Amino acid sequence: MQVRADIVFKSLSDPTRRALFERLCREGELTVWELTDAARVSQPAVSKHLGQLKSAGLVRGRRQGRETHYSAETKALKPLVDWLGFYAAFWREKFDALENLLNRMDQ
Amino acid sequence: MTDTASETLSVIIEREFPHPPEKIWRALTQPHLIEEWLMKNDLKPVVGERFNFHSEFLPNGSLDCEVLAVEPGSKLSYSWDSMSDNPAFSLKSVVTWTLTPTGNGTHLRMEQSGFRPDQKQAYAGAKFGWQNFLTKLDQVLARTE
Repeated sequence: MQVRADIVFKSLSDPTRRALFERLCREGELTVWELTDAARVSQPAVSKHLGQLKSAGLVRGRRQGRETHYSAETKALKPLVDWLGFYAAFWREKFDALENLLNRMDQ
Repeated sequence: MTDTASETLSVIIEREFPHPPEKIWRALTQPHLIEEWLMKNDLKPVVGERFNFHSEFLPNGSLDCEVLAVEPGSKLSYSWDSMSDNPAFSLKSVVTWTLTPTGNGTHLRMEQSGFRPDQKQAYAGAKFGWQNFLTKLDQVLARTE
């Protein structure tokens, strides 16, 4: 869960990537060309950002003929919009790590 | 709906450890020990001292903290703020540790308070037009669960 949140946070810290992702959330499936039209950056730059979003699990690509159709994987945003859920899992894990340390420490 | 802006939510974790409070206190207050189970830090257990936690998984790499209460062996409290350029990622909270001796060990309680149910909307509206986005996102997430 931590790893996931980390990647998601980093990925969406870039305004261009955030705009691309937001558009996919809003409009559903789009090709790299459709995304480039409104992105104000070059097509290779859009492709690079899409690759990054994809490796963060935020976007998935569906190959159809010579085109790839991209869509938003909104489930990946769960840790981002839910600090409470994130920290509930975080602290449980840290308590385990603390217990482990206490067992190794001298009195 | 009542005044939700003033309501906050907490994460509470409690556990019983077969170790004396003094030993747990060390694990909670000595930076090299804290680092072993929590995160890199430069904590000084003195009220008013500011310090940071560092970790790669955090949105901006670190947390801004200030020691709020120190009662050696029984209570430690510090602020736990994650301020980010992106307001949707910002968090202001307080972490409080309470140690209570039991028959053969210590009852340890951690409360992280300050999670505001309206937080993401409140901050999101300020920049980036995230307000609508996150509201919609909540609906999407509710559906996909």
